[in-house]
This record gives sequence, structure tokens and C-alpha cells, in this order.
Amino acid sequence: MSRINTTGKKSIGQITTEAGKSVLFPLLAIVISIFVAVFFVMWAKSYSILQYFTALTELFRIIWTGCFGDPATTLNTIMFVTPLIFTGVAHSVAFRTGLFNIGVEGQFIVGMLACSLLGLIPGLSPVIHIPLILIGGVVAGSLWAAIPGYLKAKVGTNEVINTIMMNYLSMALVNFVVLRTAFGEKGKANTPMIKDSAMLMNFSGSRANVGVFIAIAVAIFIAWLLWKTTIGYEVRAVGINPYGAEYGGVNIAKNTVLAMVISGAIAGLGGAAHVSGVMHQQFDLTTVPGFGFDGIAVALLAKNHPIGCIASAVLFGALNASSKMLQLNDIPKEIVYLIQAVIIIFVATDYIVRYFAEKKKKKEAMGNA
Amino acid sequence: MHNFLIVSIIASTLRVATPLIFAALGGVFSEKSGVVNIGLEGMMVVGAFFGVYGTFATGSAFVGIAFAIIAGMAIAALHAFLSISLKADQVVAGTAINLFCTAFASFLIMRIFHKGGQTDSVPTLAYNPPKFITDIPVIGQLIAGINWFVIIAIVLVFVSYYVINKTAFGLRIRSVGEHPKAADTLGINVYKMRYICVIISGALAGLGGAALSLGIAGVYREGMVAGRGFIALAAMIFGNWNPIGAFGACLLFAFGEAFQIIAQGFTAFKLPNEVYTSLPYLLTMLALAGFVGKTTPPAASGKPYEKGQR
Repeated sequence: MSRINTTGKKSIGQITTEAGKSVLFPLLAIVISIFVAVFFVMWAKSYSILQYFTALTELFRIIWTGCFGDPATTLNTIMFVTPLIFTGVAHSVAFRTGLFNIGVEGQFIVGMLACSLLGLIPGLSPVIHIPLILIGGVVAGSLWAAIPGYLKAKVGTNEVINTIMMNYLSMALVNFVVLRTAFGEKGKANTPMIKDSAMLMNFSGSRANVGVFIAIAVAIFIAWLLWKTTIGYEVRAVGINPYGAEYGGVNIAKNTVLAMVISGAIAGLGGAAHVSGVMHQQFDLTTVPGFGFDGIAVALLAKNHPIGCIASAVLFGALNASSKMLQLNDIPKEIVYLIQAVIIIFVATDYIVRYFAEKKKKKEAMGNA
Repeated sequence: MHNFLIVSIIASTLRVATPLIFAALGGVFSEKSGVVNIGLEGMMVVGAFFGVYGTFATGSAFVGIAFAIIAGMAIAALHAFLSISLKADQVVAGTAINLFCTAFASFLIMRIFHKGGQTDSVPTLAYNPPKFITDIPVIGQLIAGINWFVIIAIVLVFVSYYVINKTAFGLRIRSVGEHPKAADTLGINVYKMRYICVIISGALAGLGGAALSLGIAGVYREGMVAGRGFIALAAMIFGNWNPIGAFGACLLFAFGEAFQIIAQGFTAFKLPNEVYTSLPYLLTMLALAGFVGKTTPPAASGKPYEKGQR
């Protein structure tokens, strides 16, 4: 992407070194964040500084047994990973276009709501019902994202603030439907269970479900869309250099809305898959479910690459899944979020890498002169 | 009776608005100097926690407030380092700060108070207006219904307005936010100005957090800040990056919340609660879209400044 030689094709060696470089930095961020997290573990357990490695091995052991210890916990981890793949990919698309769609959270929520309502329709065959709820999620999420996208493209208002506002609106919408309409169960703060025909197949009695395959398929599809189609080319061009793209005949406004719609569609699909596979009903919301916010870390760590999102969703999903085990071992579960925050901080500050690269270049230039 | 209801609405609006006002003023300082501060939410969280912790540790609410301000400043210094020196994406850095602060406060609750979810309760800041003032009709009732934080917030609104618009220091803040290169040419240290402004914004947001935890209940609960940092950010934009405008917007949002509680008692015309909850957010979006007056951000807001670059 960054460097194209005269024939326009890259040698295999070039591709591997580029891939190596792009993986190196996220790995470094993970290592540093774990290094920092161990200090919090030591603090929580009142260890002395000499017990650093005890704390480190303990943290690793607990996280490992907490998420991949036995088949049941592994399936539980898959349940945590699935929504993060969706939200991570959703963030990636927006980031690629130079947009920060904090509203993935809200788009996920309206996707959940759409699924929990459409899932109530009785007497449908699963062959029709499952696609129907998934499409419902896609439509809800993309409409919810289209509003801030349109406002950004036409009026130029900041999508960050607008999508944050839309997150609160989505919660109000869910609470309105659940608590004040006929869709909510009387006297309870939830909708009825969706019909069996609208439920995604679960793996051997766990809460993990075939939604994970949908998520992986979406990630691959988006990677194809971004790098092998004109739509993807234009969307990325706007992100890299909007003025350059416009000069080349790419419509910035159209692609801004399009990128938001794609991002929202993925988030909405994720919400629908979550209700259909795990929740099976919609509860009222006092806080956001948080998958959308976790998706920011997933996308940033994956350097906004949809396929990379699968790997980083596994990491963050596993961390989330192990929080119960951490608490059983007297380590506050917040350690998971501290690790996430430190990873984001390090990924966001890749300027350090650029700084040293530029310094090296300058030195070389001086040497030549 | 009617009179009393109106006074109590005004008093509760002011109380609800206070944390927002502090944070929104913080947002104004930061953004006027050209640094987007999404991390206000996180700074309010640490402010709210350390306000309670400082009071818990020393028994004095004043020390608690000092703790809150220092904690907010420390987190703001981190944000400043990330976004000014390391030139990180300011929105992403702010997001990381929010995540970090929320987790850090909960971690400290476990570590210090040895329980999940909330701290022990501590004495709030004593507020006893003298009797001859509270005896004045209407105004007396109003003054009795507020607390010290409300008064400090209102004073700070005008102080901030004066500092930003009428002093040389304020001119420098605005110049590094509008055209950092020109300011640099004239010998203003852009990085230093931005650091100062971001740290001021952290102090204000920390104070806002303390107003939330020490102003009313004297306890910090997880999820207590509940998006108020973002609302403050919205109020700042709604108020067109102007302290007095932001103050007005905070009052509007707070009125929505205060009214919501009172409207539950209405019998004649009853709208669902969610309508009131949504109003501030809808208003913000409409304001941003230009339906409620035009807003213009500082020109260099969100752009890292790199010395010597064309």
C-alpha cells in the first residue's frame, strides 16, 4: 500500500516484511501493556517488587485458565469474542475513511432492538426468519449511522459528538419500547423471548453460537470490499487524502455517508446476532452494553485491518471472559480495562515510531551531503 | 406554593448543572488552545473518586477538593503529553483516558475500600448560609437550595470569560488555537500554552467530578459520572466555545433533567420519561446541524502542531 514499485506489484519478500512491520507494533503494545498491568496486579495483592515474575506468571495462568482452561470456558470465550469482531470491523471501516464512529455502540443497540422485535413474529421457518432478523439488524444499524454520516457530509458537523448523542438516543429508544409499548412484557423490564425459529444455533449447550462464523465471514467480506472493489478504493482514498481523492473525481460526501452506513450495518448485524444467539430478548438499558467501545480497542490494535480484527477480538474477548476468574483470585476485574487502555494509548502514539524513522532519514540525508 | 415550585426547579437546575459547568469550562480552555478533550469524562471520574478519597483520608472536604483538582490535572497532563508532545490522535487518546480512568477508579475502590461498586460515605462540604439571608423571601429559598459548588461554578464562568477574552493570556490561548504557526512566529510557545490549557481543563473537570461526588451525596459510585463529560462537551459546542454560552447550555441540559423529575408528578399531560431524557441530546444535534444558531470551532482544534512544518 505504502510503496508500490514500477510494475505495480510487490514481491513476496516485500509483502512479508510489510506484514511483519505492521504486526510488530501491535505486539509491542500488548507486551508493554501487560508489563504495566502486572504492576497493578502487584498493587492489588500487596506484593513486593521482587515478586514481579510471580505476579506475571499468576496473571497469565489466571487469564489462560479463565478463558481457554477447558472446552466450556473456551466456548464462553467465543461468545465474548463474536460481538467484538463485528464492532471492531465496524470501527475499522470508519477509521479507514477518516471518521471516528463512536456510535458503533448505539448502532449495535438498535440492531439488538430490531432483532428482538422481528424475532417475535410467529410461524416462520428458520430459513426465512434468521435472514429476516439479520437484515433487520443491518437496516436498523445503517439507518442509525446514516444520520450522523449525512450531517457530517452535508452540514459538516463532527461525527464524534453526533454519534455520542445517538448512543444516548438509542438507549432511550430501547427503554421506550421495552417499558412503555406493548412489545415489552407487562410488569417486567424486558421483551418476551424471541421465537425458536429466530435463534442462531448454539454449540453444545453453551452460549457460543454460529454467529462467530457470520462475524468471520463479515470480516473477510469487508477486507475484500476495501481492497478489491472500487467502493473500497474510494472509501479508503477519502480517508488517506480527501482533497486528493476529490481531485481524482471521488465524491467525498457520498463516501462519507457510505462508510458510515457500512460501519453501522456491521454494528447492527452484530447486535442482531448477539440477541439471536445469546440474549434471546431485549432488556431495558441503564448503561450501554460496551461492545461498541471495546471495538475501538479491537480496531486500533488491528491497525484497522478487518482480518486483524479477528485476532485482536480474540485477545480482548479472552480478557473480558477471564474477568470472573480474575476476581475469584482477588485481582480486580478492572485490570482488563487497564490493559485495554494502555494498549490504545500505545497504539495511538505511533508518532514515536515515525519520529525515529524521520530522525534516521535526516541522519542519512546529512551523511549523503 | 407556585412560587416555591419555581424556586425549587431553579435551585435543582443549578445543582444538576454545576458539575457540567465545571467540565464544560474545562472543555472551553482546552479546545480554545486547539486540543480536543474527549477525556473530560475520565477526568471527572478521577475527580469524583479522589474528592471522596481525600475527604475520607483526611476528614476535610477542602483537602478532598484539592485531591480532586490535582488528580484531574495529573490525568490532563497525561492527555497533554499524548496529544501535544507525542502527537497522538487527540480523540483516540481521550478515549483511552476515559477507559483508563473509569477502570482505575473502580480498581482503587477495591484496593482502598475493599468492596466493589462504591466508596464509604464521607461528609459533604458544609454549606450553612446565615439565617438572615435564607429568611429573605424567594432569593433566600434559592440560596438555601444550592451549595458552595454552585456559587464557585457561577463565579468561574465569568472569570473564565474574562481570562479568555480580556487578558493577554487569553489572547495567547486563542491565537494558538486559531493559528498556531502565526503565534509561534510571534514568539508564543505553542506547546507550553497548550499544556497549560489542557491542565487547566483537567483541574476544572476534576472539580466538576468533586462537585458531583461531594456536592450532594458524599460518596463515589461506579457509573456516577454517566456520560456527563460528554454532555459537557456537547454544552461547550452548543455554547459556541464561549464560557457564557456553555453556561447557558449546561443550564438548559440540567433543566431538562430537573424538569424530568418534576414532570413525573404531572397528571394532566404526561409524556414518556424517555422523551425528556432524549431532549438534551436531540437539542445538541439540532444545534450542531445549525438549526439553533451557527457554531464555529477554533480553527486549529484537534490538529497537533509540529514545529517547522509547512
